[in-house]
Amino acid sequence: MLPWTIYISFIGVLALMLLPREQPRAARLIALVTAVLGLAAAVAGILHHPGGFQPLVRAHWIPGLGIDFFLGADGISLVLVLLTGIASVTGILFSWNVEHRAKEFFAFYLALIGGVYGVFLSFDVFLLFVFYELAIIPKYFLIAIWGSTRREYGAMKLALYSFVGSAMVLVGIVAAYVVSGQHSTSLFDLAKFPFPPGFQYWAFPLVFIGFAILAGLWPFHTWAPTGHVAAPTAASMLLAGVVMKLGAYGALRVAMTLFPLGLQAWRNELGLLAVIGIVYGATVALVQKDFKFVIGYSSVSHMGFVLLGLVTINTIGLSGAVLQMFSHGIIAGLLFAVVGRMVYDRTHTRDLTQLEGMGLGRALPFAAATFAIAGFASMGLPGFSGFPAELQVLIGAWYAFPTLAVLAGLGILVGVAYTLRALQKSFFGDAEVTTENLEAHPLPPITIPEKIGAVILIGTTLVIGLCPSLLLNLIVPSFDLPLFDGLLRGGPR
Amino acid sequence: MSYLDLLRLLAPETIVAITALAVLAVDLLVMRAEPVRKRFTWGAFIGALGCAAASGWMLGAGAPGGIEGLFVDDTLTRLVKFALLVLAVCAMVISMEGDFTRHVGEYLSLMLLGTVGMMLLVSSADLLMIFIALELTSLSLYILAAFNKQDIRSAEAALKYFLFGGMSAAFTLFGLSLVYGLAGSTSLPQIAAHLAVAGLGTDPLLLAALVMTAIGFGFKVAAVPFHFWAPDVYQGAPTPSAALIASGSKVASFFVLARLMISGFGAAAGRGAWHDYSPGWIPTLAALSAASMVLGNVAAIAQNNVKRLLAYSAIAHAGYALLGLLANDGQGLGSLVFYTVTYGLTVAGAFGVVMVVEKKTGGARLEDFAGLSRREPWLSFCMMIFMLSLAGIPPLAGFFGKFYLFTAVAGSAKNLGMLWLVFLAVAMSAVSLYYYLKVLKQIYVSPARVEPPATQSSLSSRMLLGALALAVLGLGCAPDVFVGRLLAAVQAFNF
Repeated sequence: MLPWTIYISFIGVLALMLLPREQPRAARLIALVTAVLGLAAAVAGILHHPGGFQPLVRAHWIPGLGIDFFLGADGISLVLVLLTGIASVTGILFSWNVEHRAKEFFAFYLALIGGVYGVFLSFDVFLLFVFYELAIIPKYFLIAIWGSTRREYGAMKLALYSFVGSAMVLVGIVAAYVVSGQHSTSLFDLAKFPFPPGFQYWAFPLVFIGFAILAGLWPFHTWAPTGHVAAPTAASMLLAGVVMKLGAYGALRVAMTLFPLGLQAWRNELGLLAVIGIVYGATVALVQKDFKFVIGYSSVSHMGFVLLGLVTINTIGLSGAVLQMFSHGIIAGLLFAVVGRMVYDRTHTRDLTQLEGMGLGRALPFAAATFAIAGFASMGLPGFSGFPAELQVLIGAWYAFPTLAVLAGLGILVGVAYTLRALQKSFFGDAEVTTENLEAHPLPPITIPEKIGAVILIGTTLVIGLCPSLLLNLIVPSFDLPLFDGLLRGGPR
Repeated sequence: MSYLDLLRLLAPETIVAITALAVLAVDLLVMRAEPVRKRFTWGAFIGALGCAAASGWMLGAGAPGGIEGLFVDDTLTRLVKFALLVLAVCAMVISMEGDFTRHVGEYLSLMLLGTVGMMLLVSSADLLMIFIALELTSLSLYILAAFNKQDIRSAEAALKYFLFGGMSAAFTLFGLSLVYGLAGSTSLPQIAAHLAVAGLGTDPLLLAALVMTAIGFGFKVAAVPFHFWAPDVYQGAPTPSAALIASGSKVASFFVLARLMISGFGAAAGRGAWHDYSPGWIPTLAALSAASMVLGNVAAIAQNNVKRLLAYSAIAHAGYALLGLLANDGQGLGSLVFYTVTYGLTVAGAFGVVMVVEKKTGGARLEDFAGLSRREPWLSFCMMIFMLSLAGIPPLAGFFGKFYLFTAVAGSAKNLGMLWLVFLAVAMSAVSLYYYLKVLKQIYVSPARVEPPATQSSLSSRMLLGALALAVLGLGCAPDVFVGRLLAAVQAFNF
């Protein structure tokens, strides 16, 4: 079933392209059906997963270079495929009001989704890279055409940052392919090959940082806030929800499994960068005037946890990182949905001081409640998915680098502060809002699709928060696979 | 060898040459009074038939043959010639859109004659043959560049092209004469044997000859610092001529350069790896390649005319393609051919779109492309594929071409010695995405400034561009269709 997530998405793109004129309703429906089918395929695939590594498709693609079309899935892939499915469906629900060039909007949207599914299911480095780059271009157009504040700048910045990152990855892949001399780009063959330490010493940071640029690694994160702010709601949901995870996933899947010795050499530096990202993102979010920038910087901060979890190199930290990818994908999607769709599309402002005077808490109670829940989840309150995820990362970090773990804990505290500040300013300002005033300037009510989307996301974060073992049972055994022998057990067994 | 054998050997070239004459005759005798569009259509149709006949002949031609040390006819040359014929047909179909000249027959037959020159170039294995074929190609292209008599820039372009070209031909000839003096033969296999036996690999005279030859070919492929003609020619020449100069002529020039350097001057290859240097043509061409990639990509950022932008991008792509040559092995040659052919298809498509836009809006500035996606969704989609392929975005042919080149060149020297060039190439292709996206931004994001006439582009253009876009996508998704054949064919190449 799982490969169909990819195929269905691209079939959806094709169907949208063949759609005759501008028909926003039909376009939306096709997109929603495609995304739901994709999610269904993902869920069915997860339910039928036999455990361990499951090869899905393997066919010779370019025999001349030893490149295979090799799709497969382990627990980590499954978790992220599920995230992609949920994010894509809710993203469409929250862009139900797109009327301008709707057909193209959803075509780019589904192309992005297809690329993301592809990355998570590829077990051939070349194929993974193809899907990874495939996702760059739709992002550019989604932001440049349908975005808001400085959209063309934000879009170009994002595209160039991603492309520079993938250029670094490409050099690393080419070099690894040549050095291994195995005439294969399969992840398993490359992971088994003992690359010389001197080579890993420079190839690892190249590939890791190349991927981590997209995960918002400080100081290469600056595309993220501008990109998120410029993007239309659905695109920022995807951007924060799944695209940033592509970076973290690539860093884990390619950089860390191929070059474990390089990781050993650089882990302290990278851990430091991750913690700086956590604290810096949170602190900057504290002083933002634009509502969406708060969320944008909070994403940088939360992705810092993912990166910190990755460099701990112990199972608890690594599985925490993967869980955090899932959790942040859901929570960030929810936050962006509230800010971009529920608030901005109605008030046409994201300035926190202006919002303070609007009394949105009374005007849009559903939005206020959703944001409050999302905020609590984002702070890492127990009961929501962020709690087990960040806790695991912190425990893992405590084993690996205790000082950094304390600093990261500080980042959580600041996270509480900026979330509460944003919540208070946006929805519960001091302004006296009378009932007449509300009736004089009514805001359009929250629509059904928005409510469904919000409920799906809230439900997911709650379910995972209350019962994280649902996902951890998939994630943790994955680290016992031979693929991670070099990383966790010092070489092939 | 009788004349009949010779004719059989040269049958594809002969067919195309006869087609050129037929096109000319039909146009002058029958079609004189017809409207230009109709004359172009018929001319291109006859031309395409001739090209198809030549391809068919090559398909049916038997075992590889040729004349030892003079003329090569094997699967590889047939493959490249087939690509050249396809590119020539593309250029002719693009010109159907044109109204820049009334001399339709002359224009199309010159295109075909230029193609004959390119085909000969691909097969030559003798210094004199190479030079003659090179001149046949160049002379046709000079005239093609000058064909727009109403536009002074066309004349300027042709004059620049001619002067630079004449100069570089002189350099090439001088270089080749030195080689002849050293080796005592004009045939490449004999030169190679002589250079290897006599240990002349680092002879200063040979190195001087190599540099002279490199200058001549550097001009043909528009590598820095011999690129100065390219922007003016691409901008000034009629768009179909520019398409042929950018596509077919490049494929042929790169191929013959590879034959000259790899199978002729193999003894004087030298090494251009990091910390491992010895003089020869590899370091020389590595320097040209690095300079082209940097200058072409950086200068393209500043352009606001799409034809000029494509010219600088062509300079950059010449730099990439040289990487395949630097690998100096079978993988390298395969990647070089794959890259130049897919680049040719892509750039022919891009010029096809430029031609349509130029006709509608009267110019090829970036602003003229604004809002194209609303008027011409299909052409815009094709242009998106072409631009992204040039930038090297998967799953398009340009991406796989680059990957193939990079692996070939990175694997060619010990200890990843050539990786410095890959670094540079990848970094520069990240730069290139910026200006390709600038074009796409005009097409998809910016609103149209002035509403041009609402007429649709012609069916022929849409079909051609669609076919090219499909080819670029197809060769990117299933490169093995071409790569598999190439790898089998390069086995026959004489290293």
